[in-house]
Amino acid sequence: MEALDIARWQFGIVTVYHFFFVPVTIGLSFLVAGLQTAWWRTGNEKYLRLTKFFGKLFLINFAMGVATGIVQEFQFGMNWSDYSRFVGDIFGAPLAIEGLLAFFLESTFLGLWIFGWDRLKPGLHLATIWIAAIGTILSAYFILAANSFMQNPVGYTFNAAKGRAELTDFGAVLTNKVLLSTFPHQIFACFMVGGAFMAGIAMWHIIRNPDRDVDAFRTAFRLGAVTLLVAGIGTTISGDFQGKVMTEVQPMKMAAAEGLYTTSQPAPFSLLTLGTLDGSKEVYKLEVPRLLSFLGTGTFDGEVKGIDSLQAEYEQTYGPGDYSPNIPVAYWTFRLMMTVGGIAAAAALWMLWATRRDRLPKGKWMLRTAIVLPLLPLVGNSFGWIFTEMARQPWAVFGLMPTAAGVSPGTTTAEVLTSLIGFTLLYGVLAVIEVKLLLTYIRAGLPSIAPAPDPDDADAPLAFAY
Amino acid sequence: MELTTFWFILISILWIGYLVLEGFDFGVGMLVGLLARNDKERRVLINTIGPLWDGNEVWLLVAGGATFAAFPEWYATLFSGFYLPLFLILMALIVRAVAFEFRGKRTGTQWRRRWDIAIIVSSTVPALLWGVALANIVRGVPIDADKEFVGSFFDLLNPYALLGGLVTLTVFLVHGCLFVALKTEGEIRLRATALGLRVGAVAAVLAVSFIVWTGIDQGEALVWLFGGLTAAAFVAALLIATTGREGYAFAATATTIGLLTIMLFVGLFPDVMPSSIDSAFNLTTTNAASTHYTLVIMSWVAVVFTPIVLMYQSWSYWVFRKRIGVQHIPTEVLAS
Repeated sequence: MEALDIARWQFGIVTVYHFFFVPVTIGLSFLVAGLQTAWWRTGNEKYLRLTKFFGKLFLINFAMGVATGIVQEFQFGMNWSDYSRFVGDIFGAPLAIEGLLAFFLESTFLGLWIFGWDRLKPGLHLATIWIAAIGTILSAYFILAANSFMQNPVGYTFNAAKGRAELTDFGAVLTNKVLLSTFPHQIFACFMVGGAFMAGIAMWHIIRNPDRDVDAFRTAFRLGAVTLLVAGIGTTISGDFQGKVMTEVQPMKMAAAEGLYTTSQPAPFSLLTLGTLDGSKEVYKLEVPRLLSFLGTGTFDGEVKGIDSLQAEYEQTYGPGDYSPNIPVAYWTFRLMMTVGGIAAAAALWMLWATRRDRLPKGKWMLRTAIVLPLLPLVGNSFGWIFTEMARQPWAVFGLMPTAAGVSPGTTTAEVLTSLIGFTLLYGVLAVIEVKLLLTYIRAGLPSIAPAPDPDDADAPLAFAY
Repeated sequence: MELTTFWFILISILWIGYLVLEGFDFGVGMLVGLLARNDKERRVLINTIGPLWDGNEVWLLVAGGATFAAFPEWYATLFSGFYLPLFLILMALIVRAVAFEFRGKRTGTQWRRRWDIAIIVSSTVPALLWGVALANIVRGVPIDADKEFVGSFFDLLNPYALLGGLVTLTVFLVHGCLFVALKTEGEIRLRATALGLRVGAVAAVLAVSFIVWTGIDQGEALVWLFGGLTAAAFVAALLIATTGREGYAFAATATTIGLLTIMLFVGLFPDVMPSSIDSAFNLTTTNAASTHYTLVIMSWVAVVFTPIVLMYQSWSYWVFRKRIGVQHIPTEVLAS
């Protein structure tokens, strides 16, 4: 393997791994803020206990998100220095703004939230978690602005003398149509993750410990499941919108997602194609006529371009080369993203039905579903990102810079391999520790609430301590 | 003033903020191994920085992001060139973040001791390596006509840079001691000052050697000026520490780190990364910069939001101003 391949593997591994924690952070921060708001409004202790319970799970996850996020910013310089030189004028700005606007907000206000239970007035303390949650959304917006430029470069001009893309319209970068369609899709998907996390854990408790805190866990379950369901609908609608934008600006990506080789009008949607996927041999095919036309263009007889004609078109524009991504990866990740997300939403519906009025769910299938539920949207998110990034290949910046041209020319294979192995091993160990910790706290159930310490007692123990 | 100069100054300020703030929490992290005598004291130390370290670390992320946006060539050359040291720093920062959060999440001395060791190592490595990296930037490294670093890992481990690393390591340790003295009560507070003074004597010798070396290398009057001020501030810090006025002593070490960073960046300007091969290959504030348009936008964002960030970060320091001691460490098994 060359440095390029290793650098790509490293980018994939550290980014997908980091992205296990991001959607949990975004989704759960709002749900926890919601629970704490309910406590603040009603004074019902059940909400406080739920806040503390899910707050702790949130923090375990957040720590990993922060820790693995640091690598994200610096790996562009480390492994992709030519890419950084090429797009720094544009790409750096949203990254820097993300730090200044979002990271400071998240880290400072979460610090205040964690340690401030006995230092801040309840209303002020509640505000800190909301501000931190808003920080996570801001963060998502700016990082997606940077990513959307890679999918659909806008607001720039190419400076041949300096060999780089230069920013001409920052407003265009912040209103990139890919960004405007990706941002809601991503945020809904994050809420699916947060909702599924909360619903799955709460349901597990209800079934496993039917004599303990069932009322509180029912509340958490229904909050999580409704969030998952509503966010699932939002994800679908925004995903449909995103598909149309994608067909317009990255037609090759849509063609690859469908394994559509010849330009079709109308185009069918492939439910399942078994075969070689290079178009040469199809063993079995299940299609919905005209659906792809609708998904891609909004009309049932719209034209959707195929891989072969796009390849010919791109060779004319960009010169000889292979302009199609890895088709099986694109095809399957696209399908798995939708399937897995759909199953999660369906499971939420089923479980809500099973707990209607005062019914208590039971049975081993319900239990199994509860255990798998938190993983489904999480995996769907990962597939979605693998699809988005891998189906953009061979471009790092679509139409502007091939991925192969972006790698650091000076770094050695040994260096990149060292960091690949180092990060992967460390991430592996941390994954085991994280999962064990989460399970410990999940099993422990809702904490009991200690009486508030006497404010006049200078020696009262801290409300939170490491 | 040229916008490129403005951004050079702004990035210097971000580094000053980072080194002053994370400097003391690196110091406290190292002190977990040097100062605390038992688990409760270790917990007191860690809790003095508990609500603050994460916000401190964001200064690094913003410094990195600002460099990417304002000087992409600098960002690209620096982080691809200093590959292995940066890799080690990132590994350490990952372990450190997780260690702080996870150590209190389970009972058992074995569990806590392991995370304590992780905290000590992961605080020491960046405290040393940031000094090595900064010294190398100022001294110049092999950079070719294509703005690529063409040296090796071992080029970075030269005596000047290693001395720079030892300076940040020991000064951060003193800075951490004085922070602990300021933030704790009881016996640990007294021991922190005493240890700070002892390490301070070593740090002073190292720092003065480094300043003199830098002054001779750079030969600029301003470098000598800020070098002299740095030394004066550090001596003042140690003298004040002997009188027990911890707040002033801590402010003086913060000033020391700020002035030391200014000395380095003054020596660097107008380069951002000089080439040791040929000064024609130097990366400068102009040839490494983004376009004027990008700098204008970034300037507006920075001018509007930096004061807001400073306000709420200061507020969080104010909220957690109370001293803590072993009696404040809750006795229940798990952190609530």
